Amino acid sequence: MSETTTPPTTHPLVDGEVGPGCKKVDPIVIADGVVRQFGGLTAVDVEHAEIPRGAITALIGPNGAGKTTFFNLLTGFDRPNKGAWSFEGQSLAHVPSHKVARRGMVRTFQLTKSLGRLTVLQNMLLGARDQRGEGIFAALVRPLWKAQEEANIERADSLLARFKLDAKREDYAASLSGGQRKLLEMARALMSEPTLVMLDEPMAGVNPALTQSLLDHVKGLKDDGMTVLFVEHDMHMVRHISDWVIVMAEGRIVAEGPPETIMQNQAVVDAYLGAHHDTDLGTLTNQQVAQIHEDAGDEVPVDVDASARQQTTTDAPADPGADAHDEEGKR
Amino acid sequence: MDFLAILSNAAGEILSPTTAAFALATIGLNVHFGYAGLLNFGQAAFMAVGAYAFAIFTMQVDPTASLGWPVWLSFLAAVFVAILAAVAFGLLLGIPTLRLRGDYLAIVTIAAAEIVRFTMRTSEYSTVTGGSQGLRGQDYKGDIDALNPLTGSTYGFGPWTATAYDTWVRILAWGLVIVALILVWLLMRSPWGRVIKGIREDEDAVRSLGKNVYGYKMQALILGGVIGGLAGIMFVLPRAVQPDNFATAMTFYIWTALLLGGAATVIGPLLGSILFWVLLSFTGGLLSGLQSIGAFGDMTGTQAGQLRFVLVGLALIAIVVFRPQGILGNKKELSFHV
Repeated sequence: MSETTTPPTTHPLVDGEVGPGCKKVDPIVIADGVVRQFGGLTAVDVEHAEIPRGAITALIGPNGAGKTTFFNLLTGFDRPNKGAWSFEGQSLAHVPSHKVARRGMVRTFQLTKSLGRLTVLQNMLLGARDQRGEGIFAALVRPLWKAQEEANIERADSLLARFKLDAKREDYAASLSGGQRKLLEMARALMSEPTLVMLDEPMAGVNPALTQSLLDHVKGLKDDGMTVLFVEHDMHMVRHISDWVIVMAEGRIVAEGPPETIMQNQAVVDAYLGAHHDTDLGTLTNQQVAQIHEDAGDEVPVDVDASARQQTTTDAPADPGADAHDEEGKR
Repeated sequence: MDFLAILSNAAGEILSPTTAAFALATIGLNVHFGYAGLLNFGQAAFMAVGAYAFAIFTMQVDPTASLGWPVWLSFLAAVFVAILAAVAFGLLLGIPTLRLRGDYLAIVTIAAAEIVRFTMRTSEYSTVTGGSQGLRGQDYKGDIDALNPLTGSTYGFGPWTATAYDTWVRILAWGLVIVALILVWLLMRSPWGRVIKGIREDEDAVRSLGKNVYGYKMQALILGGVIGGLAGIMFVLPRAVQPDNFATAMTFYIWTALLLGGAATVIGPLLGSILFWVLLSFTGGLLSGLQSIGAFGDMTGTQAGQLRFVLVGLALIAIVVFRPQGILGNKKELSFHV
């Protein structure tokens, strides 16, 4: 831990000091005290979070950190036990998911939800908002919606060309590869002209050859003036494209910061790798092993790792669930 | 065994008003299951609600006699009441179930269909509903008969000969089938149909794109239910209202016809209904013919007649296993998606 650089205390996106739950200069989403419990398990417990406007924010954290649950709560796909959150200054608590989407906050899913039995073009057209032809009575009279439909088709075609799906236009979406489905889902979300695009693990299950193109598309969203919030496991991706990183562990936000320095944050290292990830258990000398056993003997529970944690941990969260980190550390 | 008579009877089913009524009910179910993915196992109840509302309104209110309305207006008013009843029934079923997973709708509809039938059967309300006896045809057919422009005695030829009244009912019923087919075709090529087909596959995806999934499902349930209610009227115009006609067996005939013809196609329900009734009549005739020449040993005529329902069951299994998309269906777009 000695080589740890001190993270910057100020940042252009941040109003005040950098830290978990810090205030942003121009937040697009503000969440306060959002708690979601499944029985006795608290999946999400976010005291305060702000998403900066016009930037790409990554939401990272180990498995089970509550990233996707937090996503579902923000977009109205799940109801929190308590809490308030707002999007562009308007409260979104108790707003149903389809209305959240209409306000310009559109999401994708971890398990891609391209509609396989519709063609690629139909998938795209489904994304367009305020369609007159989607009313059951107007639908019967084609002249009422023909012009709008043609404009939507034109826009869909240009988006498909941008995402290089134009050759697949008339194919059923079920015939696309996993990566193409991710692209289609992203393109479809763009049809609704969102202000905030929320991508749930956009890289999961994507062929590495497509990864770079997907990354470029995510960056392209920002260049078009959209705000992006995405959940991701892959640290390389996070480092390449994000402007800001929020780290969750066990339902809480444990750290925030720019991607260049966030990985040196002790809380992040602990959350991801366990508190003593830099101890190479394969090359322990006999002396070290003896030392560990000796330390362990002082503890009441015979826990080899507990002593090591005391040695290496300086600012790990002192919650009772911290043992979970150690499970990862043992591997 | 008179093979020609069997064939003639079977051919007669092609244009019979009962086939038209079933085709309508199947078109309604196609909106539910084929396009919106709603598992409605109570289509017979929508028919019952439509039929009873039409007949009871005509008999109890009888605007022609009591208010001096012209017969066409009384008839349309009765049809309108039937539509309202089907809408109300759809809301009643949909409000508690459409927010839940699809299977719940299946359970609720099959139970609700039986509740409707038993309510109509109960002797408590027999002054209005006729109880288990049902309602006599002549009590509610006055308006429609008075509207009949046909004056001859019989029309048509060969197996398709019918009385003036029957021919008039056929014109109305098949006319309604054509209107319903055009309606479904218009809707399913529109953006509305696109949303409905999206919901069939993944509600959350459609929801994430800003569509009110619950509202769309409700619209589809009510639309298909209203078409089912109209089918109920067409079903009782050539006969009496009999509560036991609207048993679960009827719902499963409609399902068989839908899967046979091809769900999520415009013409599939029509083709399926015609084929279903032709085949049912043909196998029924053939089985009773075979029984009469002693092919089934000691089996009675009634028992032999029941065999055709065994065949219906086998046919349904065979369709689902070997051709899940039905005759006209597009396998890529739709296999049996439950």
